[in-house]
Amino acid sequence: MVRRRTKLSALLTALVVVAPLGACASGSGSGEPTLMWYTNPDNGGQAEIANRCTQQANGAYRLEVSVLPRDAASQREQLARRLAAKDSSIDLMSLDPPFIPELSEPGFLAPIPADVATKVSQNIVKGALAGATWKGKLVAVPFWANTQLLWYRKSVAQAAGLDPATSPVTWQQLMDAVKKTDKFLAVQGAKAESLTVWINALVESAGGHILENPEAPAEQLKLGLDTPAGRAAANIIGTIGRENLGGPALPTADENASLTIFQGDRGSFMVNWPFVWSAMNASVQAGSLSKSVLDDVGWALYPQVNAGEQTRPPYGGINLGVGAFSHHTDLAFQAAECIVSPANQSYYFETNGNPPANTLAYDDPAVTKAFPMANVIEQSLEQAAPRPQTPYYNEVSSGLQETWHPPSSVNPDTTPQTSTVFITDVLHGNALL
Amino acid sequence: MTTEAQRAPTTAVQAPAKPRKVPKSDRAKAEARLGWYLAGPAFVVMIAVTVYPIIQAFFDSLYRYRLTAPSDKAFVGLHNYQVVLSDSLFWQSLGVTLFITVVTVAVEVVLGFGLALVMHRAVKTLRGLLRTAILVPYGIITVVSAFAWFYMFDITSGFINHWFDWVPGISENLNWFAQQGTSLFVICASEIWKTTPFISLLLLAGLSQVPTELDEAAVVDGATWGQRLRRVTLPNMKAAIMVAVLFRALDAFRIFDNVFIMTNGANKTTVLSLLAYRTSIVRLEIGLGSAISVLLFLCVIGICWLFIKLFNVDLASQRGEG
Repeated sequence: MVRRRTKLSALLTALVVVAPLGACASGSGSGEPTLMWYTNPDNGGQAEIANRCTQQANGAYRLEVSVLPRDAASQREQLARRLAAKDSSIDLMSLDPPFIPELSEPGFLAPIPADVATKVSQNIVKGALAGATWKGKLVAVPFWANTQLLWYRKSVAQAAGLDPATSPVTWQQLMDAVKKTDKFLAVQGAKAESLTVWINALVESAGGHILENPEAPAEQLKLGLDTPAGRAAANIIGTIGRENLGGPALPTADENASLTIFQGDRGSFMVNWPFVWSAMNASVQAGSLSKSVLDDVGWALYPQVNAGEQTRPPYGGINLGVGAFSHHTDLAFQAAECIVSPANQSYYFETNGNPPANTLAYDDPAVTKAFPMANVIEQSLEQAAPRPQTPYYNEVSSGLQETWHPPSSVNPDTTPQTSTVFITDVLHGNALL
Repeated sequence: MTTEAQRAPTTAVQAPAKPRKVPKSDRAKAEARLGWYLAGPAFVVMIAVTVYPIIQAFFDSLYRYRLTAPSDKAFVGLHNYQVVLSDSLFWQSLGVTLFITVVTVAVEVVLGFGLALVMHRAVKTLRGLLRTAILVPYGIITVVSAFAWFYMFDITSGFINHWFDWVPGISENLNWFAQQGTSLFVICASEIWKTTPFISLLLLAGLSQVPTELDEAAVVDGATWGQRLRRVTLPNMKAAIMVAVLFRALDAFRIFDNVFIMTNGANKTTVLSLLAYRTSIVRLEIGLGSAISVLLFLCVIGICWLFIKLFNVDLASQRGEG
């Protein structure tokens, strides 16, 4: 009896250990290779595109999606760790542009064949092309490109005597306007990636760069914060923080919290991604937001730092990388080409609110119907400035968040300098983050 | 393995009590052997899942090693430890961690003892219901409870500011997660709510071990409730209390979930586990992160040592072996 039980338990143990391994084996046995596409969470658009491409492939491959964690930083963590362990299950991945150099530098991304590179960079907005390039080479396939616009309540703008739709506005004008009308400016002051997005857009709009030489190795990276541009950015963030222009929620406000403030009684101006348009429309349909608020919403290009100088709005979005350890890189590139077709990009914009990287996709009438501001988005993408493209982006971004948060503590005379010293120490391996 | 196995428990048990060796009976030997047969597999698994990673972490901590730059890996000796120990962020995180540990454990012991008394004294019909009700928070996943507490206090979506705006200091405009003090308050409160049931369970076990005759004798002698608690109940529960405090202190010292969800270390609320996570997992600096992990491990060992040596906590007697 005892003997039999031992055998039984051994068998069970063996099953428990071996069964999951079997589940890991790729390929369904039906002959067509299965490609795994690691996607960022969305409203199901990427899964639908995967279905469409599988059908178009006519049995050449089957494209399946596997959803990554919610925020970009956690997506990067998972992908970087898997790729460092040479995970061959990653055929395709949706990548946030700032993290592309970090994955490209150690050879985690399969090099793009020249003919594919030429094809996928045609008609692509400038910002998206820059975001998919590392050391002068296209290393990812531009998929969709994001940018922030200035969203405003027409009634408030009118009361403050501003018309952002016809003439560009500056941050100073916005700050004066909310002071005058006793409203809150909706900006992202939370200690998160959104703060870096804001800082970068301000520094770039003021004519500077967070990193002077982003392609240099860690020890030689030079920061461009302790400059007139860095101080101008610190002045804007510090003033909004100190004078409580963003409201009490500012130090913890992310993009969603900004939208809540903007829709509220004291909403006025907001810088945010176009997803807010779909979100507000959905809220109106669900009955949680009054139609009058939606009708009161206007949009324009991102505010300028110095009056008359062209603004450099934030750039975001997703580019597609092909895993260097995938067994089917050629098929993965085929799939990538299918995914980024203008038709799929307009579909994705229309249904999920994510703007296309390909200018042709903006010609789709369905797009302009769903997003009346599509032309402003396209223009914003042409002017957009990517965040510093360096394999050490995470250190730079976290270092900025460490020293520029909370917004009320930002001082133009000291913050640019202390952050330069701190980030340099971190990059040299002499400080913790 | 077998010879070692047989020797180890013999010396361990005999050493403190009797310095001279006494020959063991066959029965005792057989029992010791059976003990090792039973505990052996678990022992091997423990070595595989704890000792090996600890050694690996120590080994990694001696290198400059970034996961995304594998070719730059270089031996740097104790340099990582030097960087960590000379950084104010490490000491500040250690301070915050100790603060959370001391505050939560102290409050939990008092609250937990109260709850244990209630459960102990409760009428039989209510006992089951009461114990279940008290245990509910402990059954909730920490991340879930962290999110619940976060959204409760969040300035844009929370209800605490509206419900408690009559309390001085709380108003509609109070952003709980914008300063260190209020952030730590919510983090500690959530931690206390979640783990007090654990401590009260351990204390309840201790309470039920106090012989009722002693209590009855004290009543006959005319002792008041307070006197009985101080002179009879508490001294008899000392071992249970110390074990509860030790377990909770070790747990609280490794706090991660609540801080990660609520502030992610903003406003000087970084704790040691979060610092280790941020260095090895977020920054992918395996070497530096391992050094922090090793130091965190040493801190935990230190707490154990402090309790066992200084406060004479006898874990064996708690299990009824002493």
